[in-house]
Amino acid sequence: MGDRRVKPSLPEGRYFFSGNEAVAEGALSAGCRFYGGYPITPSSEIMERMAARLPEFDGVFIQMEDEIASIASVIGASWAGAKAMTATSGPGFSLMQEGIGYAAFTEAPCVVVDIQRAGPSTGQATKVGSGDLMQAKWGSHGDYLPIALSPWSVQEMFDLTIRAFNLAERFRTPVFLMGEEATAHLRESIRVPGEIAVSERNRGEGPPFGTDEPDGVPPMPVFGDGRKLLVTGSTHDQEGFRKTDDPETHRRLVERLHKKILNHQDEIIQTEAYHLKGAEVGIIAYGFTARSALFAVQRLRKAGVAAGLLRLQTLWPFPYDVVESLTRSLKHCLTFEMNMGQISGEIQKVCRCPLHVTTQVNGTIISPATMETKVREVLS
Amino acid sequence: MTRALRGYIRPEIEHTPFCPGCGHGSLMGTILRAIDDLNWDMDEMLFVSGIGCAGWIPSPHFNADTLHTLHGRAIAFATGAKLFNPALKVMVIGGDGDLTSIGGNHLIHAARRDIDLTVVCANNMIYGMTGGQAASTTPLGCTSATTPAGNPYRPFDLCKLLEGAGARYVARFAVTQPVELRESIKKALTIEGFTFVEAVSPCPTQFGRRNKIDQAADMIRTLQAHCVPRERATGKEGPDMIITGEFVGA
Repeated sequence: MGDRRVKPSLPEGRYFFSGNEAVAEGALSAGCRFYGGYPITPSSEIMERMAARLPEFDGVFIQMEDEIASIASVIGASWAGAKAMTATSGPGFSLMQEGIGYAAFTEAPCVVVDIQRAGPSTGQATKVGSGDLMQAKWGSHGDYLPIALSPWSVQEMFDLTIRAFNLAERFRTPVFLMGEEATAHLRESIRVPGEIAVSERNRGEGPPFGTDEPDGVPPMPVFGDGRKLLVTGSTHDQEGFRKTDDPETHRRLVERLHKKILNHQDEIIQTEAYHLKGAEVGIIAYGFTARSALFAVQRLRKAGVAAGLLRLQTLWPFPYDVVESLTRSLKHCLTFEMNMGQISGEIQKVCRCPLHVTTQVNGTIISPATMETKVREVLS
Repeated sequence: MTRALRGYIRPEIEHTPFCPGCGHGSLMGTILRAIDDLNWDMDEMLFVSGIGCAGWIPSPHFNADTLHTLHGRAIAFATGAKLFNPALKVMVIGGDGDLTSIGGNHLIHAARRDIDLTVVCANNMIYGMTGGQAASTTPLGCTSATTPAGNPYRPFDLCKLLEGAGARYVARFAVTQPVELRESIKKALTIEGFTFVEAVSPCPTQFGRRNKIDQAADMIRTLQAHCVPRERATGKEGPDMIITGEFVGA
């Protein structure tokens, strides 16, 4: 997606990067010019690279006093016109939740990268986990619909960071890149193209907090445009005036914030199918776990087992239709998660075949061998 | 209004939301008079506030860009906006609970970093909007909704706190000293770097009625009687006295 072609932050070519470095370069390529953050393992390399690189793009880097201040600075910069981001891990993501709700409700585009580690609490700070996915969905109070993406490679840490900025600007909403420690610290060769497509926010005329267009995304002027903007986290009318006593204003606002995501699911949701044609058993996976799953599926196929993989690149809004459609044709569906089954619960809602859930919360990745064994168990 | 300040207020605004006797309306007028004196263009200004009565001083009243944020976080939002667009003249207006309790960390760090912001703290020594609970600024012994037997804890001396944190300009005046307060706000706005003005503001509704000064006029008289300009202070004033003046950057 994106309507403007630009050169990325680096010359076209192949680069050997860690996932965290790729996130920083993806952000710079997408036009990110403000970073506010606070150090936390295993995300800090993103911040360090942004500190080094943003000045080269006349961007602003600031290390804030905590994660609450980090997300607040990002939203302040967003309203001042910046493509803005922060990166963190579980404990910091928890602290940011009130600010994330503010960004959703005031429709301030921003990107939050969560390099997930094994929680809860401090947990295993240097080990991999994938336990923040329901927090991404429900973390802040009240009703709003987030967008969350799940990269599985260093290349995708670059590509999906660009996509996260494009979605944020397009839909005026916070977008989460739900990375995992394993991908963040993985080093791989990636390809940086000569050109990428980026989305720019619509700063045009019209009320900044309401629209009668079916699109549901109002224009967003920025501070200093002379529009005398009225931005508030209280329930507000189309011009931004607080209307906290009016049931209709609140209903319209909350429902529009939902519709602007739900009406564009085709534009937002991305999944990938591997070997699903004729498959009897299908694995549904995302993030680093999908790497193991693809490896397992390829081995099973070689052994004559009709196995396939559905990989979810978008976790929120959840691709219910894709999952329902796929599971109609499967005899068995398997999930593997580095949490206690957060996404399996969503799959269960629409799954049309028996669902077999495997969870692993020990701070290590799930091996292809584990998956192969589970598939064979299910088939036996 | 004795001068043409109507243009500084959004056309839709007909009155302030503040209680009778509240000092915040007076402070609102003082801030706008300071800006009018400086002849600043409101289109170049951004007013950032948090949650609480004082958060409503600029939002939605001021006819400029206004960012009404989360409880305690106004300075962190303002930091992001100011750093990304340094051409914006950014003023943060908030209450004592908002800026110095839940937001205390952001306050001292913005001062330490010397971010070019002017912070006006409307200090009414109480949580007004939530119903009169004790604040980090409630004087020792005072009664509040959460200190029915008297506040057992000492209040912050906000000016000393900001001086220690490195603010370029630090002053305290009560809204009962409107001329000094206006001059102080002008100075704070024109000094580059982090500047802080504590504006002591009476709250008869929540503070006064719990401390036997529930008439607005009595509250103002009490405030006047407790303010001691620092030039006249002997150093022997009791903890209930309020030393006013410029403490840094005079």
